[in-house]
Amino acid sequence: MQIHKHDAIIIGAGGAGLMAALYASKGGADVAVVSKLYPTRSHTGTAQGGIGAALGNLDDDKPIYHTYDTIKGGDYLTDQHAAKILAENAVDAVIELEHMGLPFDRTSAMRISQRRFGGHTREFGKELVRRACHAADRTGHMILQTLYQQCIKNEVTFFDEFQVVDMIVVDGVCAGVVAIELGTGEFHIFHGKANFFATGGWGRCWSVTSNAHALTGDGAAIALRRGVPLQDMEFFQFHPTGIYRMGILITEGVRGEGGVLINDRGERFMERYAPSAKDLASRDVVSRAIYLETRAGRSIKNRGYVHLDIRPQTVNRYFAEEGKDRSDFIDDATVERKLPDILDFCRTYLGVDPVHEPMPVQPTAHYAMGGIPTNVEAEVVIDAAGTLMPGAFAAGETACVSVHGANRLGTNSLVDLVVFGRRGGMRMANYVKSVDWTDLPKDAGGEIQAEFERIRNGSGKSRPGELRAKMQQTMMDNVGVFRTQETLQQGIDDLAELRESFYKDLQIDDKSRVFNTDLMEAWELGCLLDLADVTARAAIERKESRGAHSREDYQQRDDDNYLAHSLAQHDGNWAAPNIQTSFDKKVDLSLWEAEIAQGIADDQQKFRPKERVY
Amino acid sequence: MQKVLIEPPANQGDLTNMDVTFKIRRRNPDVPGQQKPYWQEFTLNEVEPTDRVLELLHRIKWEQDGSLSLRRSCAHGVCGSDAMRINGVNRLACKILVRDLGEKIQVEPILGLPVIKDLIVDMQPFFDHYKQVMPFFVNDEPLPADGRERLQTQSDREQFDDSTKCILCACCTTACPSFWANDQYVGPAAIVQAHRFIFDTRDQAGEERLDVLGEPNGVWRCRTIFNCTPACPRDIEVTKAIGEVKLAIRKGTTVGIIRPDAIH
Repeated sequence: MQIHKHDAIIIGAGGAGLMAALYASKGGADVAVVSKLYPTRSHTGTAQGGIGAALGNLDDDKPIYHTYDTIKGGDYLTDQHAAKILAENAVDAVIELEHMGLPFDRTSAMRISQRRFGGHTREFGKELVRRACHAADRTGHMILQTLYQQCIKNEVTFFDEFQVVDMIVVDGVCAGVVAIELGTGEFHIFHGKANFFATGGWGRCWSVTSNAHALTGDGAAIALRRGVPLQDMEFFQFHPTGIYRMGILITEGVRGEGGVLINDRGERFMERYAPSAKDLASRDVVSRAIYLETRAGRSIKNRGYVHLDIRPQTVNRYFAEEGKDRSDFIDDATVERKLPDILDFCRTYLGVDPVHEPMPVQPTAHYAMGGIPTNVEAEVVIDAAGTLMPGAFAAGETACVSVHGANRLGTNSLVDLVVFGRRGGMRMANYVKSVDWTDLPKDAGGEIQAEFERIRNGSGKSRPGELRAKMQQTMMDNVGVFRTQETLQQGIDDLAELRESFYKDLQIDDKSRVFNTDLMEAWELGCLLDLADVTARAAIERKESRGAHSREDYQQRDDDNYLAHSLAQHDGNWAAPNIQTSFDKKVDLSLWEAEIAQGIADDQQKFRPKERVY
Repeated sequence: MQKVLIEPPANQGDLTNMDVTFKIRRRNPDVPGQQKPYWQEFTLNEVEPTDRVLELLHRIKWEQDGSLSLRRSCAHGVCGSDAMRINGVNRLACKILVRDLGEKIQVEPILGLPVIKDLIVDMQPFFDHYKQVMPFFVNDEPLPADGRERLQTQSDREQFDDSTKCILCACCTTACPSFWANDQYVGPAAIVQAHRFIFDTRDQAGEERLDVLGEPNGVWRCRTIFNCTPACPRDIEVTKAIGEVKLAIRKGTTVGIIRPDAIH
């Protein structure tokens, strides 16, 4: 096996990985980025609407308001100190992106333009604020391109189309990772002092998802199998507006520009569920509302979808009702200019022109709030006490800081990856200077190589595609927007059966070495099965409803028992793991505690967990 | 690109499903007898007119032959992984519907780059050309003293908007006869990427990029054949962008090219 030695190994080349690579290399570290996709193919590129930062270019805004919105949006499971860092660092990070050339849209004062987004308010919920900095409706594309461009400029080393499949842990220290070079099928070892996981989410566990095919949670699954517990896995966000049946995302920016959700009776039903924020309530609230409308027989033609309407005549009618100034009214040209990609998706895939017709939308599996637990320096922590795994780092969707708590606000995924990618990069630059190399074990990579041979030589009857479809269906039916003890148990049972087939009855067609996508997809399925299982198990243990985790048998939030992060621990038995879930890790409530210490009266405390009303 | 309007999915049940025959160009350097390219046919039943070609290639891979190899990721035309030649035209497999192709669909790798396996080509030469044009923002002036963003008008921002849409899928470059004839030509995609910076008023390396593109393997290899523009899945006016770069080289300035009325 070829061995590559670099100070810092970055796994994944989306926004978090590239940000970390850039800042670690600027800090003097020798960095290698290892990615299963060409960097510009990463899923960050599909983020549409914007990146939140309290620049105050159009409305009065402050990071503390962004902090508050993030904590409330997360249904108080958000770690408060981390949210404060997120909101404060967002301002610098966005300005730095502009300095790197990111082509943001501009205000009439030539500053970065900002738009409204769900759950983003000023003065602690008083009114919606324009905070999402945008580059048309392809903000993520611009972030990804800009960061990749800057990495080229800074001569960062890339190993494109190398897929990381295992991590090497020596006496509790992460000493590197094992990867497969897709073009040859050869195994390589990347020996690193710092190993940074930025491998994104695992929306492919569900059948209707906005996520790319590549989003199979490799990094989180690898870490889980090597002893890192996964945090808050029960919280998976369903974005309310995916294109009907296809799951392709329609940005919340559509609603930010005035678009409204309409049921079969022509009602703007969000007025009933969120009288103040209406269509821009947080995503979990809106997704549940769509499901409830469907249950009540009010989805369009009773087919389980609703309409998202951005037609100027509709938008302006509601603007007028709300007493907005005529200068805020939109016309066809506004929609074309601000949402070009959305119009293109709808015209291409649906034959629907949103300027003239409403779009059919349904909730789509979108974002993992949970993942690899880290501190605010992107260092991986492995227990409730905050013990670090030296050499292991993580950021972006695959990590759980936790800034998103039980439900992520729109735009905060991009904020998360630039802020914690950057902090992690800086931290690694210092870290690699302060530690010695950990020697690799003699048999490094042996176990995962054997696992791949098992998959390659499988002579059973179960095709990976068939197992994957079954997993996605059971997750959609049983571990979706609404959950009960029964559905979750059904999910766990189904997943156990599927895992059994995966380990005992698998067959793949392609036995060759070069670009064996059959083999890689099969291995990725194993990752998805593990993550699906951990999700269902954490969900069945959390007997309350909070944010995106909605239990019909426990409909109230229960702060007495569950104002805590879940940690799911795998025992290392890949084929038949024992997963233990605990709730010993308390939520960081430091901003609220500071208010108490200052003697602020209960009803004046901003950061005290309270009922979420939009 | 012409948009074909179809019924929304709510009415899909009313449309007739069909059988589709795929003819796919394949090779596997690892398997004796499959090292030379060959054609293979697959038939799919119950195909819906609104199915994307990518979904159908997945059905073949997942239901019939797992060894069929292709790149793909986002599946909605944003990541640029699944460029291929479909019925003789460069497309993203995730952005072309069966409805627009008919019951016989021929799929081959994009042309002009070495084929590795089935529909997967070696993208390295493509990315090497991309890197030749300094595809990164350059501005070494001091940052604004107030610690804020650099200023730019929205109209200055808009003059390079079209070229920011590029996803590096290689549909344009591998549709270009000049590139097929000479693989040292940087190709349309690299020029679009250069255009994105050349016409950004904040950037300062325009002249260096124009020098690179003024070389024999730069823009002058473009014979305005126009294959690139219809090939672009992002509807970028590629030929127009190349023309603007040519004009900037001729005039020795980027000012007044895109908006003749612009005052700088």
